[in-house]
Amino acid sequence: MSESPERRNLLSKISIALGCAGAALIGVPVAGFLLAPLFESVARKWRSVGAVGQFANGKTVEVKFEDPSPVAWAGITGQTGAWLRREPTGEFVAFAVNCTHLGCPVRWLADAELFMCPCHGGVYYKDGTVAAGPPPRPLFKYPVRVQNGQVQILASPTPIT
Amino acid sequence: MRFLRRAWEWFDARTDASNVIGPILRHRVPPRTGWMYVFGSATLFVFLIQIFTGIALATAYVSSAGQAYESLQWITHQAFLGHLLRGMHYFGASAMVLLVGIHMIRTFLTGSYKFPRELNWVIGVILLGLTILMGFTGQLLRWDQNGVWSTVVAAEQAGRVPWIGPWLARLILGGQTVGGATLSRFFAYHVFFIPALIFAMVALHLGLVLRHGISEKPSASHPVDPKTYRAWYEGMLQREGVPFWPDAAWRDVVFGVFVVACVVWLAWHFGAPELTTPPDPTIIQAYPRPDWYLLWYFAVLAQLPHGSETYVIVGAPILAGICLVILPLVFNRGQRSPSRRPWAVASIVIIVMSVGVLWYRGVKSPWSPDFNARPISPAIAVTPTPAVIEGAHLFSVKGCEYCHSIEGLGGHRGPDLTMVNDRLTEEQITLRILNGAHNMPAFASSLKPPEVTALVAFLTARKK
Repeated sequence: MSESPERRNLLSKISIALGCAGAALIGVPVAGFLLAPLFESVARKWRSVGAVGQFANGKTVEVKFEDPSPVAWAGITGQTGAWLRREPTGEFVAFAVNCTHLGCPVRWLADAELFMCPCHGGVYYKDGTVAAGPPPRPLFKYPVRVQNGQVQILASPTPIT
Repeated sequence: MRFLRRAWEWFDARTDASNVIGPILRHRVPPRTGWMYVFGSATLFVFLIQIFTGIALATAYVSSAGQAYESLQWITHQAFLGHLLRGMHYFGASAMVLLVGIHMIRTFLTGSYKFPRELNWVIGVILLGLTILMGFTGQLLRWDQNGVWSTVVAAEQAGRVPWIGPWLARLILGGQTVGGATLSRFFAYHVFFIPALIFAMVALHLGLVLRHGISEKPSASHPVDPKTYRAWYEGMLQREGVPFWPDAAWRDVVFGVFVVACVVWLAWHFGAPELTTPPDPTIIQAYPRPDWYLLWYFAVLAQLPHGSETYVIVGAPILAGICLVILPLVFNRGQRSPSRRPWAVASIVIIVMSVGVLWYRGVKSPWSPDFNARPISPAIAVTPTPAVIEGAHLFSVKGCEYCHSIEGLGGHRGPDLTMVNDRLTEEQITLRILNGAHNMPAFASSLKPPEVTALVAFLTARKK
């Protein structure tokens, strides 16, 4: 009975199919866990960065705020920086610090009124447009609003060019 | 002693260990292979350093984004032998990259990738990729400011991949921003995922070396013919082969231990690289750089023509991988001797020189504004009129000198302006400042007319 080739063939196929099912039983939850960041909804939260009166017209300063959904063990890495510019007219613009070339943090040089990137030499004007170097597009902007006398920035995902 | 021998015999009778290991040790290898064949085994010796020091470091390293930096500072400055261990892991990583590169160049130059060893070359290419990934993920685990920004740069590069780029970037960050999830992921990649792949690939690599034997010393009179090679190789081994242990293995041991000793000495003498500032993404004063073995690629990214970047960032690694993989499939026969393969030798010379030049450029990174430039002193004003002195001051505070140097002071992003008036007229200088130029910002909106006058006065004074 057990020597029949049909039976062996069937047993092989069943064993291989069962093996695949077992692999899927382990693999699907693991893959799902690892790919979880792709399924998270995009987190955005308004974060206060200071009172309106703190920011002088025509100046660009660095502000710090908490990420939209930091985990408890993130420590200081749960913070994000941004360049907040108050136009001479009083409106606010917030630029991501990330260079649009490859993401390095751009510095604001107040006297030259330029943002400069330390990695590959990207330069931006005070309005975030590209002045020189490899960046393919202007600096990313975060939405800004004024609420109860506080300047608030919409903390958003790290901009990817 | 007798007890030990008895114990061994008992063990051997039950495991058959001596019949498994013995033939491997004594298998015949081609004679006179010499010192050119020691780099693969030396890589394995250094890999052992990485495994053991890595396991030891993992007993103290905290893979939490909020605490990794402090735990590494503790390992480096307080733990007994921690400084040495971290140094060994660091210099071991450098040695891995270096030795994998040399081993690969040797295999290429002696044509050892040809029939029947094509697949072993391909596995070697995969191991090269895994080694670089280990280096990069390891650099991130230092989790200082450089580590954080390197992660962002990696995510941005992955983000350039068409269609799936943003997903890849998100998987690299482990979420939507650099944070708690990022580091623990990289830790798992560095200590579980990639090492598991490396173990599997090294086992295959060595298994195939045993299966096909190491390549004999290339000889111009013995081109590889897949039809006859195997029989010829077997016959040659029967006639003149020598046992691997100890006839060939002694060189592997001597060189391998020498390399290990070098790594330990470097670690003892120089120690582990100091961490930069803490991983606080709000510290903007960052200067992100990859470790030395990827600096040449950093230079590539800085010097690409505008518009070509996405193609190069995405396409170049894929193209390089395809070229390396199909190499042994296309050129699997014929001459192995470097003396008969001038193009092979020339391509190695070109690749090594290109990487060398790019590496040097990466170290200097002249395309970056030099934020540490020492201020131009008004004393270097050629004719010390008030306007010229004011111009020298403005040249410094308005950021000109981050990119332009005068008499050796300043950055190298733009042209040296020591004798600028020999090349450009006053009018041309004024136009450049106001309108900018290729790769230079326009300063019309940020300079007042008297400031422009002073700067131009300072610059037009610069002539022979």
